[in-house]
Amino acid sequence: MNNLLEINNVVKQYGGYTALNDVSMHIPKGSVFGLLGPNGAGKTSLIRIINQITMPDSGEIILDGEKLAPHHIEHIGYLPEERGLYKSMKVGDQALYLAQLKGMSKSEAKKKLKYWFDKFDIGAWWNKKIEELSKGMAQKVQFIVTVLHEPKLLIFDEPFSGFDPINAQLIAKEILQLRDEGATIIFSTHRMESVEEMCDYIALINKSNKILDGKLDDIKRQYRTNVFEIGLKTDRAEEVKLQLKQNFDISPANFKSLNEGLKLNVKLKSNTANDLLSFLTANGEVNHFVELVPSANDIFIETVNKTN
Amino acid sequence: MNKLKLIIAREFIAKVKNKSFILMTFLSPVIAIAMIGLVAFLTKKNDDKVKEIVYVDESGLFLDQDFKSTKTIKYVDFTKLGVDETKKKVEEGNHYGMLHIPKIDSLETLANSIEFYSKDTPGLSVIGSLESKVNTKLRGLKMQKLGIDEQKIKLSRIKSDIKLFNFSGEKTSKLANGIKIAAGTVAGYLLMMFVIIYGAAVMRSVIEEKTSRIIEVIVSSVKPFQLMLGKIIGNASAGILQFFIWGILLFTLSTIASVVFGFDMGGMQQANLSPEQTQAIESMGNDKVQILIQELYKLPILKLFLLFIFYFLGGYMLYSSLFAAVGAAVDSETDTQQFMMPIMLPLMLGVYVGAFTVIDDPHGPISVIFSHIPFTSPIVMLMRVPFGVAWWEILVSMLILVLTFLAVVWLASKIYRVGILMYGKKTTYKDLWKWIRYSA
Repeated sequence: MNNLLEINNVVKQYGGYTALNDVSMHIPKGSVFGLLGPNGAGKTSLIRIINQITMPDSGEIILDGEKLAPHHIEHIGYLPEERGLYKSMKVGDQALYLAQLKGMSKSEAKKKLKYWFDKFDIGAWWNKKIEELSKGMAQKVQFIVTVLHEPKLLIFDEPFSGFDPINAQLIAKEILQLRDEGATIIFSTHRMESVEEMCDYIALINKSNKILDGKLDDIKRQYRTNVFEIGLKTDRAEEVKLQLKQNFDISPANFKSLNEGLKLNVKLKSNTANDLLSFLTANGEVNHFVELVPSANDIFIETVNKTN
Repeated sequence: MNKLKLIIAREFIAKVKNKSFILMTFLSPVIAIAMIGLVAFLTKKNDDKVKEIVYVDESGLFLDQDFKSTKTIKYVDFTKLGVDETKKKVEEGNHYGMLHIPKIDSLETLANSIEFYSKDTPGLSVIGSLESKVNTKLRGLKMQKLGIDEQKIKLSRIKSDIKLFNFSGEKTSKLANGIKIAAGTVAGYLLMMFVIIYGAAVMRSVIEEKTSRIIEVIVSSVKPFQLMLGKIIGNASAGILQFFIWGILLFTLSTIASVVFGFDMGGMQQANLSPEQTQAIESMGNDKVQILIQELYKLPILKLFLLFIFYFLGGYMLYSSLFAAVGAAVDSETDTQQFMMPIMLPLMLGVYVGAFTVIDDPHGPISVIFSHIPFTSPIVMLMRVPFGVAWWEILVSMLILVLTFLAVVWLASKIYRVGILMYGKKTTYKDLWKWIRYSA
């Protein structure tokens, strides 16, 4: 069993509106799985179904080889995008309460909370009320509450909102560490740079349909255009351009560089990157040579636009 | 089940730890007692002050004995001074007012020509007692004129007093009826107030979870229905705790108050009566007083209390599930208005039916019907119970209430389940209907 979660042909309708139309995806064990899509695409509907907040109209969900059932709640940790805590309740009481709702015993919850509070160095907040904390502080508590019961499946919906870059980095590190310790993570966000940084797999949902999924590297490979951005220091710029044109498609490039010289986007034809490089080195001093790999952002925009 | 307990405990503690709950629990009995004490004190003070009323009788018909001074009003004859002079004197002095009886021969015309001057608008009781004095005098004069013997009329007067019995042969009295009305009304009003206060508390608690955005975190751990039920039960437990604290506090405080202020109701009453009247009461009223006391003890206090708890729980559960649904449907308390009306209406109706119909005819068709309609039955039935309601009737009413609660909580939970995750859009009744039909 390589998939922790299998979503098979899930359909969900609200009245006459279809929120999820025959959506299937497999989430491999021990991976960070990016669930992407524009606003209103159906991500939250899917996440709520996985959390058993709502039920699908048809289709099935398999968690770790078993059909999803109420007792699985204890194996799932969910950090919703719309999140908060009881404002007038003390941090410690609140964390204990939420942990117990996830099926932990009080003593066990206390022990684990101590570990996390020490780790984040927030032990002093135990008897403070949430309303006395800043938003970032409350988010830290919220993160701890989500992961405390050591679930197999963690679902983070925009986990970095409300964090400053330093704390966002801290949380990102924690998420990756949880993955390394064996947890499977569904990660939903609009911040594409964090998708690049963290996701092993992605799935893209648009207008209630899944339009793309797979390993992030594979998808990138699929979407690669064989275009190289090059910078060349040469006295014979026009001549080099003409010669390049014979074997490659070229277009002007615009990138920031400290070096003067020719800046071009070069698209390979039947030749290889080595052919390009050896030509360039023969005609000047190469100061920039980068394959233009499509970013998650590019793939997102391109795929969504194509289906619209 | 375990999770439900956790939720109930949290809701209970959150409610009980709340400052306003603590304040309300311990302060309101004190305030209630203090208010009653204050009113009693002021009334007593008020009565202590003697009002001096002067009269100018130009007709010469009235004698000194017609204006007998009482403990609170002293009558002074200023006829010799004349109207204008007296007016001036009253205006400048400390007299309460001046009664002017002009010289008119026709008794009918005179009856409508008597005037009373005062600085402040006089109280109804003062005018009432003046009018009755004038009436008595003029009626007597009129009788003389018509040749009717006043003594004979007095002798012919008969006062009937129908004795009330029920078929088990117990003697009751009209006074006892008054006590039953009072007991039922107090219980009914209390119940309505509690349903509103605690129902609204449930609603606020739901709204708080929505606005603080913790709701989605919670419902990923527990079923929305469990959360709703836990909230309702948790708040009800806090309510029952409050009852008991109030009961204990009211009992101790009123005991202390009666000792400190020395309210001796019997003594106060007797003080206002003339010796003959006291004697009259002693001869014929002893029986009544005894019945009254008996009746108070006979009042099914325990039954009333147990039924109060049952109907409070039943009515509260029924209404608070509606309140919870309303809380789930809105984003803030200000948006609740449109949904509150249909909830408040049957409550108000219950109280009005209770206050007007039950008192008039506790076992008439309207009283019976409304004591079975579940939205009004908690109030109306409680008001009927002191008059004696057949046990099977109470049982049927309870059963209907329980069944309706189950149906309503089922509907409410459907609205609740969808509503708690809805933000931003203003909810309409059409939306609510749509939510009810959504599948889980």
